[in-house]
Amino acid sequence: MAQPLVKKDDDRDDEADYSPFLGIEKGAVLQEARVFNDPQLDARRCSQVITKLLYLLNQGDSFTKVEATEVFFAVTKLFQSRDNGLRRMVYLIIKDLSPSADEVIIVTSSLMKDMNSRTDMYRANAIRVLCRITDGTLLTQIERYLKQAIVDKNPVVASAALVSGIHLLQTTPEIVKRWSNEVQEAVQSRAALVQFHALALLHQKGLGLFDPDQQNILLNLQIRQNDRLAVSKLVTSLTKGTVRSPLAQCLLIRYTSQVIRETGVNSQTGDRPFYDYLESCLRHKAEMVIFEAAKAITELSNVTTRELTPAITVLQLFLSSSKPVLRFAAVRTLNKVAMTHPMAVTNCNIDMESLISDQNRSIATLAITTLLKTGNESSVDRLMKQITNFMSDIADEFKIVVVEAIRSLCLKFPLKYRSLMNFLSNILREEGGFEYKKAIVDSIVILIRDIPDAKEGGLLHLCEFIEDCEFTYLSTQVSFYLSRIPSYLVALCFSQILHFIGNEGPKTSDPSKYIRYIYNRVILENATVRASAVSTLAKFGALVDSLKPRIFILLRRCLFDNDDEVRDRATLYLNSLGDGSVAETDKDVKEFLFGSLDIPLTNIETTLRNYEQNPTEEPFDIYSVPREVKSLPLVEKKAPGKKPTALGGLPPAPTSASDAYERLLSSIPEFANFGKIFKSSVPVELTEAETEYAVNVVKHIFDQHVVFQYNCTNTIPEQLLENVTVIVDASEAEEFSEVGVKPLKSLPYDTPAQTFVAFEKAEGVPAVGKFSNTLRFTVKEVDTSTGEAEDDGVEDEYQLEDFEVVAADYILKVGVSNFRNAWESMDPDTERIDEYGLGPRESLVEAVNAVISLLGMQPCEGSEMVPSNSRSHTCLLSGVYIGNVKVLVRLSFGMDATKEVAMKLAVRSDDVNVSEAIHEIVASG
Amino acid sequence: MEFGPFVKSILILDLEGKRVASKFYSDDWPTNEERRTFEKNVFSMTHMKNARTEAEVTIFKDEIVVYKFIEDLHFYVTGGEEENEVLLATVLEAVLGAIFIVLKKKVNKMEALTHLDLVLLCLDETIDGGIIVDTDAKSIARKATGVSLDPGAEELTIGEALKSARGQVMKALSGFI
Repeated sequence: MAQPLVKKDDDRDDEADYSPFLGIEKGAVLQEARVFNDPQLDARRCSQVITKLLYLLNQGDSFTKVEATEVFFAVTKLFQSRDNGLRRMVYLIIKDLSPSADEVIIVTSSLMKDMNSRTDMYRANAIRVLCRITDGTLLTQIERYLKQAIVDKNPVVASAALVSGIHLLQTTPEIVKRWSNEVQEAVQSRAALVQFHALALLHQKGLGLFDPDQQNILLNLQIRQNDRLAVSKLVTSLTKGTVRSPLAQCLLIRYTSQVIRETGVNSQTGDRPFYDYLESCLRHKAEMVIFEAAKAITELSNVTTRELTPAITVLQLFLSSSKPVLRFAAVRTLNKVAMTHPMAVTNCNIDMESLISDQNRSIATLAITTLLKTGNESSVDRLMKQITNFMSDIADEFKIVVVEAIRSLCLKFPLKYRSLMNFLSNILREEGGFEYKKAIVDSIVILIRDIPDAKEGGLLHLCEFIEDCEFTYLSTQVSFYLSRIPSYLVALCFSQILHFIGNEGPKTSDPSKYIRYIYNRVILENATVRASAVSTLAKFGALVDSLKPRIFILLRRCLFDNDDEVRDRATLYLNSLGDGSVAETDKDVKEFLFGSLDIPLTNIETTLRNYEQNPTEEPFDIYSVPREVKSLPLVEKKAPGKKPTALGGLPPAPTSASDAYERLLSSIPEFANFGKIFKSSVPVELTEAETEYAVNVVKHIFDQHVVFQYNCTNTIPEQLLENVTVIVDASEAEEFSEVGVKPLKSLPYDTPAQTFVAFEKAEGVPAVGKFSNTLRFTVKEVDTSTGEAEDDGVEDEYQLEDFEVVAADYILKVGVSNFRNAWESMDPDTERIDEYGLGPRESLVEAVNAVISLLGMQPCEGSEMVPSNSRSHTCLLSGVYIGNVKVLVRLSFGMDATKEVAMKLAVRSDDVNVSEAIHEIVASG
Repeated sequence: MEFGPFVKSILILDLEGKRVASKFYSDDWPTNEERRTFEKNVFSMTHMKNARTEAEVTIFKDEIVVYKFIEDLHFYVTGGEEENEVLLATVLEAVLGAIFIVLKKKVNKMEALTHLDLVLLCLDETIDGGIIVDTDAKSIARKATGVSLDPGAEELTIGEALKSARGQVMKALSGFI
C-alpha cells in the first residue's frame, strides 16, 4: 500500500460511505509500522502510518502491552527525521501510547533535545509531551528548562509550559510551587493566552496547595483579605486593562467570588468587597465574561436584590438573544435564582413566556419551570394551557422537572388545585416512561395528603389511572407505557397506589365508589397487585361499617384465588374483621391493619436470616427482633490471653465476645450475607505497646469468607482520625481475594472503633496466608481546649505488623468430657496414623505446646501438662473442623538423648478427608 | 482543576452517531464502552435537532453539551454542570473554525477522515488534558499545520466559513436528490 490514504474522488456519490479507514486491521497496521525502522525514512509514509495507529487508538482499539511497546520503540526511531509534520505526529502518538516509566527514559533525551531546539513548535510540543509522560524523578532534571520556558518570548512555548504546570500540580505540587516568580512574570505577559494560563496556575496555587510563605499575588490577596484597600489595589492591578483574554477574565471572576465567599460582607457599610469588580464585568465586551460575572453575582451568598438587579438585567437581554447557548445560559441561571429570589426574576416573565415555544426544548423546559416558580395565582391557568401543548414533545427527564415544579406550585396556591390536579391526571394518561408516571403519581399523592379539598378528586384520578392502564393492557394495544415498563414495576406502583387508597379512601364522604375500582384489581391483575387489593378492601371494611357486608362477600370470593398470598390475606382479614355483621371493628384489628411496623426492616431481615440458618422447633418470635437502629460502636475488651487452663474437657461455652462479634458483623450489610461465623480468633496485636495508634486484629472465619476486624485506638488527644482503613497486601495469601472494605468514618481520641476488610476464599477450604497491613487515614488537628477538629486533614499512613491466617483458625476448640469414649465411638476406618520428627527441642513441653497451637485444638483431660523431665508423653486433643466436622487427635511424643523429638499422630474424625487434612497441617507446619 | 474552565470531552460523530474522532479528558468514562455509551446517549438526544446555523445546547445527566452540525458531521463539546456554557460554546467554535481552515472549507466526514491527522492536531492544540490551550481558530490551525495556510481560508471569518459550508451541503443534497 503505497498510498494508504486515498484522496477523495470527485464522483463520491457512488461511494458515499467510503472511509479511508474501511477494513482497517490492527495487525496489518502494526506490520506497516515497520517502515519506522527503515534506514531511509519516508516521512510522508510514516505520518500516514501514525495516523492509522491514532485512528485505531481513538476508536478504542486496545493494544497489548507487547504491541504498544513495539510501536513505541519504532516511533522513537522517527526522531531522526527532520520533517516537521512527522515530528508533530510523533509527539501526538507518544502521548496517546502513554508509555511506561522505563519506556519514557528512551525518549527523554530526544525530547529534551527538542525542548532546547530553536524551532518554537518543537519546544512547545516537547514540553507538553514530556510533562505528560514523565514522573516526578525526571521532572527535577528538566525543571530548569521548564522555568525558562514559562518566560519564553514565544507565547506558544510559554503556554505549553504553564499548561503542563497545571497538570503537574496535581501530581508533583512541590516542584511546581518553586516556579512562583516565573509564573508571576507570565501573569504580566502581553500575550493573552500566556496570561490566562499563568493565572490558571496561580489560581490553583491560591487554593492552599502552596505554603503560605510562597510569594504570589493572589495568595497575598487572601492573607490580607481584611485590608480592603490592599486587596482592592491588587485586584485593580490585575483587572485595570491588564487582563487581556476573556478566558483569563472568567478565571479572575471565579477567583474573586471565592475571595468574596471567604471575606463576607462588611458589617458596617453593608458593602461587599469586590462586588464592584463583578458588576463592572457585566459590561465586558465578551459574552462569556458577562455571563460568568452575572452567574457569580447570582451565586453570592445572601445576595441582596440591589446586588442582583444588574445581573438579572443582562441575563434578561440574553433571553432574547439569537444564540441558543446564551438563552440557555440565561434561563438556566434565572431558574436557579427563582428558587431563592422569585421576585427578582418576575421582570423577565414576559421574555420567559416567549421561550416556552423555543425550538430548543431544554430552554423551553427551564423557562416553564422558572415561570412555575415565579408565577402568581392569577397566571396559573394561562400557564397550564401553554404547558399542555408543550408536554407532548419533550423528553421524560424534562417532564419530570415540570411535574415537580407543578407540585410545588400547587402547594403554594392550594386554591388552584383543581386545574393543577386535572393537568396531572391528564398527563398521567399520556405516553411516558415509568419514572415520569411515578413522579406524577407521587405528586398526586402528596397533593391529596396536603390539600384536604383535593382528596376526593385525587383519589378518583388514581383509581381511574389504574383502571385505564388495565384497559390498554386488555385491549392489547401496543401502548408505549406498558411495552416499555417491566411488569413488576407497574405492580409495585399499583400496590403503592392501592395502599394509599386504602388509607385515605375510607375517610372520604362516599367510600363506596372506590370499591369497584379496587375489586376490579382483584379480578384483573397479577398476584402482587391482587394481594394489595385484598388488603385495601379489608381497610375499607374495617373503617366503614356500612360497607362491611359487601366487603365480606368480596373477600370470600378471594378465598378461591389461585395464589397463596391472596388466599392467605383474605382468610386473615375475614377472621380478624369478625363475622361480617355491621358491628364496630375491634380497635386491635384497626391497629393491625393500619398500624405501621415499628421495627427496622433490616433488623427483621437479620434476625430471620439467623432463624433460618439455625433450624429450631420454636416459632419465630417477632419480639426477639432488636428495635434499636443498629450502630456499631462495640468496645472490644481485649481478651488477655485466655488460653484454657488445665481444666480439660470443658467445652468453651459461647462467650459473650463471640455473640458480640456475631451481632456486630451481621449488622454490617456488606457482610450480612456471609452467613454464620465459624470462628473468631483472639485479638492479635499489630502494634507495639505505647505507640500512637493501638491496633489489633480479630480474624473471623466464615464458610467462604474471612473478615478481619481491626480494633483501632487513637492514643493522641490532639488528633482526630477520619476515613480510617487498613490497606491489606495479600500477595502472600494467594487463595484470598479482597471483596470489601468497611472504613471507619471517624476515630476520636481514646474511643476504640473498628474497621473491617473482607476476603473471599474457596468454600470450606482452610486457606492460609500472610497479610501485610498499613493503616491509612486522614488526620486532623484537634484543639484540645475546645475539642474541635480543624476542617482540613492530611492523609497519612501507619505501618502495622503482619499477621497470618493459619490452619488453626479453621479449627474450633471444642473439648470432650471423656476422650476415650469419644475416640472409641468414632469409626476406626477414619483413623490416620503417621510419625513425624520434630527435630531437636528444648523440652517436651515446648514440642507439645507447639503442636497444640499449630492445630488450634482443645487439649483434653489435662493432657497438655507435661511432667518435668519426662522423656515421653501422650496428649489428647479435640476440636471441630470447618464444615462442622468433629476431630479427635492423639499425640504421642518421645525424646531421645540428643533431644530429638519424635511424634506419632493419630487422628479420627467424622470425615476421612479431615483426618488427612490434619496430617497435612502437621506435615507442612 | 477546581476553578479553571474544564472541558470534559470533545466528540466528532457522523450521521449515525459513530465516532469519527473523540477525545475524553475526564475520568467519568474510563473505558471505551462507557465512552461509546456516552456518545450514543448524546447523539440520540441531539441528532434530530437543527444545530447548523447556531450552536445548540442541552444538559444531559449533569453534563452540559454544546453542539453544532456541519454537513454529515456532529461536533460536541461537553463540560460539567457548573461550567460556563458560553465558554464551552467558544471552545466549540474554535475547534470548528480550526478544522474548517485545515480541511480547506470542506468539512465533512470523508475529508475529516482523510485528513484525520490534521483534525487530531487541531483538537490537540485546542485542549490539553481538559485545559483550554487556545480558542483562536486561526492560531490553532496554524499550529496544527505548521505551514503557511491557504490565505483564502484564513481571511474568512467563521461565520462566512459556515455559510460557505452550508452552501456545500445544499449542493451535496441537490446532488443526491
